[in-house]
Amino acid sequence: MMEQVLQWLKTPGLNHFLILSAILFSMGIYAVLTRKNAIMVLMGIELVLNAANINFIAFSRYSTGTLDGQIVAIFVIILAAAEVAIALAIVLNIYQTFNTVNVDEINQLRD
Amino acid sequence: MFTVIFYVFAVITLGASAIVVFSRNIVHSAFALLFAFFGVAGLYVLLMADFLAITQLMIYVGGILVLLIFGVMLTQRQIDVDIRTGTFQVFPALVIVSALAGTLVGMFWVTNWKIAQTAPPETTASKIGELLLTNYVLPFEIASVILLVALIGAAMIARREKKA
Repeated sequence: MMEQVLQWLKTPGLNHFLILSAILFSMGIYAVLTRKNAIMVLMGIELVLNAANINFIAFSRYSTGTLDGQIVAIFVIILAAAEVAIALAIVLNIYQTFNTVNVDEINQLRD
Repeated sequence: MFTVIFYVFAVITLGASAIVVFSRNIVHSAFALLFAFFGVAGLYVLLMADFLAITQLMIYVGGILVLLIFGVMLTQRQIDVDIRTGTFQVFPALVIVSALAGTLVGMFWVTNWKIAQTAPPETTASKIGELLLTNYVLPFEIASVILLVALIGAAMIARREKKA
């Protein structure tokens, strides 16, 4: 059993990348769930998106042998850039209005 | 060699993201995110995605991270240097996240994934360019419109002046 695990650890393959991305994804979700600061929530979302991208590219490398997964990853990066620009504009506006960016203190849609 | 490089980048990625997630200081988190993105770019290189690795460095490290640090600097009170950020719902979040991670890792472990015999091409940039202008031309155009709309929208939202 122990030797099997060691043998598995010695030869990185598809599963290793998938499990790495699962851990990264879980940490991103943890940041989204627990952080009060809206910008920390955004950082968690970035970690989640990176984990998804690792999966896409790992499958593109090991399972399909084509570049389709990499193309999807490019679109994910494009959407992440658009998302963070809009989200930061909203966060800055919230900061001007409420003078805080803690998501647990912002509970009104108007000032 | 592949094994050693894989573990180096895996440790960089996971360690840096652990700092991002668990550090109380938001500036530490923002800079640890830099190393997390670098580690992910290294993993892309290991997966033969050279173009994606460069894109990751340019857009995530050069664009998104700088925007996030701008956000950190613009929304912290400068006078009383309140740079620490609190957490809440820690216990339920830990339960949910460990259940999620366990499920995902178990699923990845049990499933017998299809392994292709053919590897993707060695140099990907020209192939990706071809695919973007043939099979993926519609998503490509939609993505460009989305970027334009997002930029205009962000400028409009951020510049809106309060009416007195």
